[in-house]
Amino acid sequence: MSVIKPLFVKGPSSVARLCVFLLISALAMVVDVRYQHMETIRSVLSLAMYPIQYVVNAPVSAVHWMSDSLSSRQALLEENTKLRQQNLMLRSQAQRFASLQTENSRLRELLDSSVRAGERVLVADLLAVELALTSRHVVLNKGAQQGVFLGQPILDADGVMGQIIHVNPISSTAMLITDPEHAIPVQVNRNGLRAVATGTGKANELELLHIPNNADIKAGDLIVSSGMGGRFPVGYPVAQILSVTVDPSQPYARVTAVPRAKLMRAREVLLVWPEEPLDQNLVSQADD
Amino acid sequence: MSMKPLIRHNNGWIIVVSMIVALMLTSMPLPEIVQNWRPAWALLVLIYWCMALPHRVGIGSGWLFGLCVDVLQGSMLGQHAMGFAVVAFIATTVHQRIRVFPLWQQSLIVGAMLAIEMLLTYLVRGIADISDVGVVYWAPLVASIMLWPWVFIILRDLRRKARVY
Repeated sequence: MSVIKPLFVKGPSSVARLCVFLLISALAMVVDVRYQHMETIRSVLSLAMYPIQYVVNAPVSAVHWMSDSLSSRQALLEENTKLRQQNLMLRSQAQRFASLQTENSRLRELLDSSVRAGERVLVADLLAVELALTSRHVVLNKGAQQGVFLGQPILDADGVMGQIIHVNPISSTAMLITDPEHAIPVQVNRNGLRAVATGTGKANELELLHIPNNADIKAGDLIVSSGMGGRFPVGYPVAQILSVTVDPSQPYARVTAVPRAKLMRAREVLLVWPEEPLDQNLVSQADD
Repeated sequence: MSMKPLIRHNNGWIIVVSMIVALMLTSMPLPEIVQNWRPAWALLVLIYWCMALPHRVGIGSGWLFGLCVDVLQGSMLGQHAMGFAVVAFIATTVHQRIRVFPLWQQSLIVGAMLAIEMLLTYLVRGIADISDVGVVYWAPLVASIMLWPWVFIILRDLRRKARVY
């Protein structure tokens, strides 16, 4: 048993080592922010970190599983009836939607404008893991293997949730629309007024930027994605205007909105592959 | 480094496991009320090992550990790694002094180290133009100082029982 610790260890001094590591960190950060090269390193490292996230998520998903499997027959029957009714209603709406869609594309062809095709979607689960306190990010259990790509929009049943910012082999990170770093091009559904909605960092608030004081916008208006910039598909609901504060001394009105998507409660999200070329879309529909 | 064979490194897995547990605690979902007060688990564990076994856990391992936190939290790669390396440097440099301090005094020193890390991260975030979150950014510091004595006692007992040296 020897527990002798060397008092005079040879090798580079600790100050020198610290300097080297500081230099590497600074370099890594600059490259990470300015260029995309670090994404490969990040995705490899996050594969190693995935077990940790998986274990952290396990108790939460176990509780969900328990509550699912322990719910009574009566409750399940009721839920089933409700879902069946809902399904019937949605299907009848979808019928009309299909005919409208064909009509729309025919009209667009007549106008010689590009034909918009439908989107492909995939359901992903949110992992119950907490990321940095200062950001509104979430982790999904689908990654590059399922075809997730950088900048991909995510939705829930009620509206736009955000977009993918890191893609890893079997998981990915998404930024919610309420993150202060996030902005989404939107338009008012009622009159087509265009604006940009940014996150405020608060859990349930968006802000619309650069709205003139005399713009036609009022509380209760629905705002939908405008598709400008090509990142988000057109026409998905984003938020509902909460308040419009006009201060004549300011150049712009202060407009706040509440996101439609259940950002804090969702367990499942939809990943969207927007606007594939028409012929490919026909093939995938034929496959279904 | 000719002394190397004299040191019998044993039970190193305890160190790794404690770090993994710290990473789990870092990413564990918490109720909304206490969310902002989540202690800096990873840093506390790193400081303990740097203090107790400075010949095994130092700047390099601290940096790597910080990189893991960066990946887990989705922050810039290197943001936490840099702070962790600095904290590891300070902790290994002063380990002989703070080891013999009473616990409350240790907590204060640990708090100072955490503050340096957070200040560094704060500056880096400022340079990278990441928006400020206000005073709530510093809440983990208070929670960490309060928790240090417990972290210290638990890890010390673990280290003694498992004879990690």
